[in-house]
Amino acid sequence: MNATEKDLPQLEESFIEEAERIISQYPVSKRSASLPLLHLWQRHFGFVSPQGVQWIAEKLDLEPIAVEEIATFYPMIRQRPLGHYQFKVCRTLSCALAGSYEIFEYIKKSCKTVNEVGHHVYVSEDGKFSVEFVECLAACGNAPVMMLNEEEWMDVTQTKIDAILNHLIREKRKEEF
Amino acid sequence: MSALIKNPFNHDLPPLEAPLVNVQLDGQWVKVPKGLNIIEVAKRFGKFIPHYCYHPKLSIAGNCRMCLFEMGMPKLDANRKPVVDAEERPVINWLPRPQIACATQATEGMAIRTNSKLVKDCQEGVMEFLLINHPLDCPICDQAGECRLQEYAYDFGKGRSRFVEEKVKKPKRVDFGPRIILDDERCILCSRCIRFAREIAKQDVIGFVNRGSYSTLTVYPGRVFDSNYSLNTVDICPVGALTSKDFRFKMRVWFLREAKSICTECATGCNIIIGSRENIVYRLTPRVNEEVNSHWMCDQGRLGFHYIHSKKRVTEPASHLNGSLFPLEWSEALRTVAQKLMEFPPSEIAFLVSARLTCEELYLVKKLMETLGKGTEIFSEIIPRKGVADGLLRSADLNPNTKGAIGIGIGKEGRRIEELKNKIRAKEINCLFAIHENPEEVGIQEDILSSLSFYVWQGLIPGPAVHKANILLAGASFAEKSGTMINIAGRLQKLHKAILCPGRAREDWRILRDLLLLVGVKERVFEKINDVFDAMSKEIDLFESLSWNTVGDLGIDLSQKLKNRSIL
Amino acid sequence: MAKAEYRLILKHADEPGYTVDIDCYLSHGGYQVLKKALAMPPDQIIQEVKISGLRGRGGAGFPTGVKWGFINHEKNTKPVYLLCNADESEPGTFKDRQIIYKDPHQLIEGMVISAYANRAHLAYIYIRGEFAKGAEILEKALAEARERNFLGKNILGSGYELEIYVFRGAGAYICGEETGLIESLEGKRAYPRIKPPYFPAVLGLYMCPTIVNNVETLCHVKHIVEMGGAEYARIGTPNNTGTRIWCVSGDVNKPGYYEYPCGAITFGELLYEVCGGIRNGNKLKAVIPGGSSAKVLRADKKYKIPKKKEDGSTEIVEMGLEDIPLDFDTVAATGSMSGSGGIIVMDHTRDMVECLRNIAEFYAHESCGQCTPCREGSLWMKKMLDRICTGGGRPEDSKLLLEVANHIAGRTICAFGEACSWPVQSFVEMFGEEFEAKQRKESSLEILEPLTNRTA
Repeated sequence: MNATEKDLPQLEESFIEEAERIISQYPVSKRSASLPLLHLWQRHFGFVSPQGVQWIAEKLDLEPIAVEEIATFYPMIRQRPLGHYQFKVCRTLSCALAGSYEIFEYIKKSCKTVNEVGHHVYVSEDGKFSVEFVECLAACGNAPVMMLNEEEWMDVTQTKIDAILNHLIREKRKEEF
Repeated sequence: MSALIKNPFNHDLPPLEAPLVNVQLDGQWVKVPKGLNIIEVAKRFGKFIPHYCYHPKLSIAGNCRMCLFEMGMPKLDANRKPVVDAEERPVINWLPRPQIACATQATEGMAIRTNSKLVKDCQEGVMEFLLINHPLDCPICDQAGECRLQEYAYDFGKGRSRFVEEKVKKPKRVDFGPRIILDDERCILCSRCIRFAREIAKQDVIGFVNRGSYSTLTVYPGRVFDSNYSLNTVDICPVGALTSKDFRFKMRVWFLREAKSICTECATGCNIIIGSRENIVYRLTPRVNEEVNSHWMCDQGRLGFHYIHSKKRVTEPASHLNGSLFPLEWSEALRTVAQKLMEFPPSEIAFLVSARLTCEELYLVKKLMETLGKGTEIFSEIIPRKGVADGLLRSADLNPNTKGAIGIGIGKEGRRIEELKNKIRAKEINCLFAIHENPEEVGIQEDILSSLSFYVWQGLIPGPAVHKANILLAGASFAEKSGTMINIAGRLQKLHKAILCPGRAREDWRILRDLLLLVGVKERVFEKINDVFDAMSKEIDLFESLSWNTVGDLGIDLSQKLKNRSIL
Repeated sequence: MAKAEYRLILKHADEPGYTVDIDCYLSHGGYQVLKKALAMPPDQIIQEVKISGLRGRGGAGFPTGVKWGFINHEKNTKPVYLLCNADESEPGTFKDRQIIYKDPHQLIEGMVISAYANRAHLAYIYIRGEFAKGAEILEKALAEARERNFLGKNILGSGYELEIYVFRGAGAYICGEETGLIESLEGKRAYPRIKPPYFPAVLGLYMCPTIVNNVETLCHVKHIVEMGGAEYARIGTPNNTGTRIWCVSGDVNKPGYYEYPCGAITFGELLYEVCGGIRNGNKLKAVIPGGSSAKVLRADKKYKIPKKKEDGSTEIVEMGLEDIPLDFDTVAATGSMSGSGGIIVMDHTRDMVECLRNIAEFYAHESCGQCTPCREGSLWMKKMLDRICTGGGRPEDSKLLLEVANHIAGRTICAFGEACSWPVQSFVEMFGEEFEAKQRKESSLEILEPLTNRTA
């Protein structure tokens, strides 16, 4: 069974070129490019859909189950859309000692992420924000630590969250006009 | 040794040239082939190391940790000479950490403990872990009675649980394929099924998703695990995670009576066990024979038995008169057949015989033809059945005993079917005896059959023109008879009767024996199937010097004899 | 006055004006050691590394030279791969981040030298997925190095060829385990491999001989080649050579990373002088010395440490936690380990059951699920701790926790079994009274705040 072509999102030339470039870095086994291609797909589409899994599998001459097995193994690879702005707060010991649970609750409240879509994962009604706990981000000396999308934030405080949110809301407004 | 199926791994069969090494097994020094894994080492000496993920024909996963054992090596002195104790025995340095037996290979001087305190503690630990999230739904589980979790919990477990937390919830009643249901909560993630699908069935559609304790066996969405070998995963699943849709909820396995036999769905002759209760067959499962099917069989063969319980089966001898069927006594039916057969000149008689009959039955047919022919050869033919060989176990010949038919001298491999048809049309043949074949299948339809003066049909399920038969003789299915067949590779193998024939149906060899008596062959009366085999071995040189008892459960290789006769 | 740091690896990292650009690196003497290395026979580099006594900085502390020596280059006919373990996944550790984010060329130079020594022509940097920016920095640095012929074909005219690529993980602790890393890099679930037979030096990446080294370790190689193995070995103490970057987090006033020669500083000096003492003037209660999988050490306990005397004999000395020098062997002698150098500090207000619950949740989340004891045991321990912390403790739970942990450690495919059970074993053993108090319900101890309601 092939992925039905019409189900596939329109893939830009540049996306395919990037995929080829990535594959070329694994001259011994294309299969090694599975996780990098999952990253690429997610960066492009926000999450990895079944079509993404199919496309990657075909690209790498793999059975789709091989790609599905790894897509579900690595928590950073998401199989459903999350918020436009994704807060990932470190939950592990050093950050917890520094108050990351409170930061987590504060973001939840501030972003009105009321829908629990998974263990420790919340999304706002409008889908704009999501907040989730992640495990150690390897910046324990600056606890509490979080990521906002792919950007790292250190020594997070409630004041910092307020400032970030104000900024995001301003940016969002600009986009809307 | 080589099975017809090529296994990617044979951990239980070390290379013949492997040198022997000395290992100490629970205090006893024994010799084993170098490189043999420790589970197999133990097995050879009557010890049992419990295991879930290890399978001799699959890659080593090492994930279940049930086969942990204590390993040691001889202590060496400064000159790398083994240190010995007061009784001249080598002193062993035991490793502090237990090792997995499945991934450890025997080397010179290795010491093994399979039942020490540490080993028992490891086994108890693993058993407890495997059961904490297990649903413990044995009362409704089909695996109950042949479940490794049950068995090992009894043999190696503590017998109680200390787990008071909530169990992990996982999908239940998952459609794993057209023939299999998956219960993920029962799954212990041993990965045997995944390895089988990848390494042997070559249908890579199943795998694990998610992580940790939430890891879940799944079929890739939109795909189906429909390999013709899929049901082997049900056999190798050590627990009740994978169950056969055909068998589940039908019968508790401990009620099944088991008979060793072979599959008759193609010429490979996979060794099987027929599981039955009170004359009903519930399942067929593969029986290990490294010369034939190793541990496996195809789904087609496994599920192909249901016809034997068909309502359409003829279960008593009968005659047709004016379009209606009248039951007969066996004596009367056989007397009529014998009489009629003797009335026709031999050249007007034809036998349409099945290559699904046993060698013994074919031999009796042969004898019957010879008696009736009185020196003239009687026309006989078999119906060939061609399929496609799949490179695994299915062979292109779908008749289980073509080689037997050729070897005994029945038919010409189906090359004369057209001739038979024409001869009946031309009224050159006026008497037809069809044994376990429906002539309709090869185009000998009602109109042609109408030309016959006498038509005897013997078998299980008649074809559409059976009303043309003057006499119907109710025969036996493969599960209802004992006998031998020769497979595609020239191996003579035994069937064993698992159930009784339904109604008044009879084993075919008994029908044929009685006919022989009635046409005048009285020098010897066959009481048992052994007698037929032993007589056959005296008369047919292919079977020379064999006796029923020398053909063991795993059969006997006749390939050289068949090659000499250009049958193979 | 706190002891001054001895910065070898992080020499330039925090210097004002020091950037990740190759020109900046070159102007600080960058890639000069590579030139020197390429003029040496590969075996001589391996020899220098052996002489240096360098021990892996990823956590296990295995001698790097010995690891490199596992590949028999005379017999080997397969390609050799070098993998840089930049997964930095042990909670409490953030040293490799400093190198990657601030001095990527140092890592690349160390890698080219190490790859050359091990006859590798293809190398990958396996970087944790969360280091998105770090991956970008490395990609750019690799491109620069390629442009200047520090990578690629015929490097600096030596005839040696090497390509290095960055591979991003995606949030799996287990990828820090070297065979898990290899599986992940092969495009599979990061299931650690069974050893034997899959020792990386024999059957590693693509079933070829493979060397897996930590980021910091590879950087040390550069310095070893620069100063010579014997000279390098003078840093630190015997068998504990070179510098280590200690990452301090938790309840200290100045958390951060501090580089010192092995054994040059004690826990007390590090926490009270370098890190400015325990926050809020609180009392030190416990230290996890080497990342969250290391056994916790209790501050008020005495540890029996074997000490070499002048005459070469060993005596057992009792030491308080604060007096224990930070190295490999002394920390190991406490029963714990210096692991990846991630020191997590807890003060007297901390509820140790809550702390363990947090750690147990981490390991339950990160268990790959491949083998039974870890898969089932890690989540069981986490669930028990959840129950104990939410008022459902029973007197028998401490014993049960210990027994579950004992059934995991030493019985799994990889060291994760130890990683998830050591914290449980040590917390329960060291702070048994806190567990008992929770399980009795009527506590005579001071009521400690739960971790989850606390603000910093």
